Amino acid sequence: MDTVIEVRGLSKTFKIYHHRKGFFGSFANLFSRKHRVVQAVHQVTFTIKRGEIVGYLGPNGAGKSTTIKMLTGILVPSDGSVTVNGYTPHRQRKQNAQRIGVVFGQRTHLWFDLPVQESFELLRRIYRIPRAQYHQNVERFDELLNLGDFFQVPVRQLSLGQRMRADIAAALLHNPDILFLDEPTIGLDVLAKSRIRQFIQQINAERQVTVVLTTHDLDDVEKLCKRVLLIDDARLLFDGELIALRQLLSRERILRVDYAEVYPDINIPGARIVYQEGTHVQYRFFSEQISTAALIQAILRKFKIVDISVQEPEIEELIKTVYEDNLILSRSSHPS
Amino acid sequence: MKSLALYFHFISLRVRAQMAYRSSFILEFVGQASVSVIDFFMIAILFAHFEQLGDWQLWEVGLLYGIIGICFAFAEMVARGFDTFQNLVVRGMFDNMLIRPLGTFYQVLAHEFQLRRVGKLSQALLIFLIANSHLDISWRLNELVYLLLTLIGGTCFFVGLFVLGAASCFWTVQSIEIINIFTHGGIFMGSYPFDIYQRWFRHFFTFIIPLACVNYFPSLFLLDKVEAVGVSAFGVQFAPFVGMLFLSVAMLFWKRGVLHYQSTGN
Repeated sequence: MDTVIEVRGLSKTFKIYHHRKGFFGSFANLFSRKHRVVQAVHQVTFTIKRGEIVGYLGPNGAGKSTTIKMLTGILVPSDGSVTVNGYTPHRQRKQNAQRIGVVFGQRTHLWFDLPVQESFELLRRIYRIPRAQYHQNVERFDELLNLGDFFQVPVRQLSLGQRMRADIAAALLHNPDILFLDEPTIGLDVLAKSRIRQFIQQINAERQVTVVLTTHDLDDVEKLCKRVLLIDDARLLFDGELIALRQLLSRERILRVDYAEVYPDINIPGARIVYQEGTHVQYRFFSEQISTAALIQAILRKFKIVDISVQEPEIEELIKTVYEDNLILSRSSHPS
Repeated sequence: MKSLALYFHFISLRVRAQMAYRSSFILEFVGQASVSVIDFFMIAILFAHFEQLGDWQLWEVGLLYGIIGICFAFAEMVARGFDTFQNLVVRGMFDNMLIRPLGTFYQVLAHEFQLRRVGKLSQALLIFLIANSHLDISWRLNELVYLLLTLIGGTCFFVGLFVLGAASCFWTVQSIEIINIFTHGGIFMGSYPFDIYQRWFRHFFTFIIPLACVNYFPSLFLLDKVEAVGVSAFGVQFAPFVGMLFLSVAMLFWKRGVLHYQSTGN
């Protein structure tokens, strides 16, 4: 398989300027260079091969979006090199743009006031998509994502889930080789998330589209990615098969229960009590040892409850475990 | 050719969106026109007291006013996207432009087209025509071509100012209000003959910010005042091209600026 993305020693620093307000302030801003430097991405190196689905995982503010913006030609790197499809994105931005698709979860890349269909037509002209290919694609994406439900609705009136479906379909109209998805499932409900994930898998299988997806949702990674890049505090911590993170991803879950009354013995096999105060109890358990459903059934058989909830561990915990288990990528021997 | 067709497609979408709110469109149209009428009314009042300003009669000043007004209205109509560029950055829409296989300058230009500026434009044109009817300009092919180039050059000058203001966003994020001194302030200054101003002031607005090339030098040419004022005849011939040059320089700044773009955090 050939390499489609090559990143070497990539860094990005931002200068955050101090702004003075008012008329004279803005005049002074012209001349003063008072600023602080923020390191958003530091010495990141990786390669991605055609057809891969790679999860770019990290907490908020770790540098995921900044990396994507350098790969798509939005930002110019401060140091290091990026090659995408053989192009240097910020120098050959237009050629690169013709062969990639980009979706930002936080905001649409479509035209806010236009109906979805007109946005699509506009993209057909912008990317000079042959009509046959355009209609074929729209038809196929409609099959998979039911775009027809809201094809005539202005983008600003779409629900978040609909908007994301429209955005992803739109980013694929010109048959890009690579699809960049920046937090594609953020804010979506469980059903909408799984729909988006299925679509990504399908497209990847059908068209060999390389997918790079940033997320802080561990479920996204588990369901979609064989390979994971883990980034924290601007640095790449881990690059390798998801399986290598398997134990970490098996993740201890937390079950919170509010009992109707105080029971003398509330031990449940397979879960351990980590916190108890009156009728409120917290259990920790591994989902391999006992499923969430079995655990809840076991509790309901014995006791009366008022409220119950399961908490998935957060990505911050995963990163902590990576640090503790010393899985951190060393520069001399990184797997790939 | 395809990109020109696409440009008009973008523009037609914009205009249609503006027409969707018809009553607000008409109100703004009328507002645009009447504000500039009041502007010229102020100048006329001045002349009611003084009869002439230096060697300039009321309708000669009307010519100055008409030309700069037409240029500015045109510039605002086609290049408002640069004037409000800061919004595009803040709303992340410039990121969207950077992921398209099209030039950024082209896209920002195509992003906005304000049809309601026709209000201002028609009013400036009206003043120009009335002024012309009171004046004795012999319109031969030479003068007509010169006028056309003047209007194009003047529009380019104001577009250039908008582009400079927008490009400054790449370095400061905040758009600098200083550009407004040269746009709206420029209209005000340019509505009076430059020979009433100080020497350093005239030089600044000829060689640094070539506002005088928009309407003052062209008016000298059309009114046959070049010798009387004592400016270079060649310079006056060249004046319409200065605006185009100014825009080219602004576009170079723009190109450099895009490489400094910092985007916004998500």
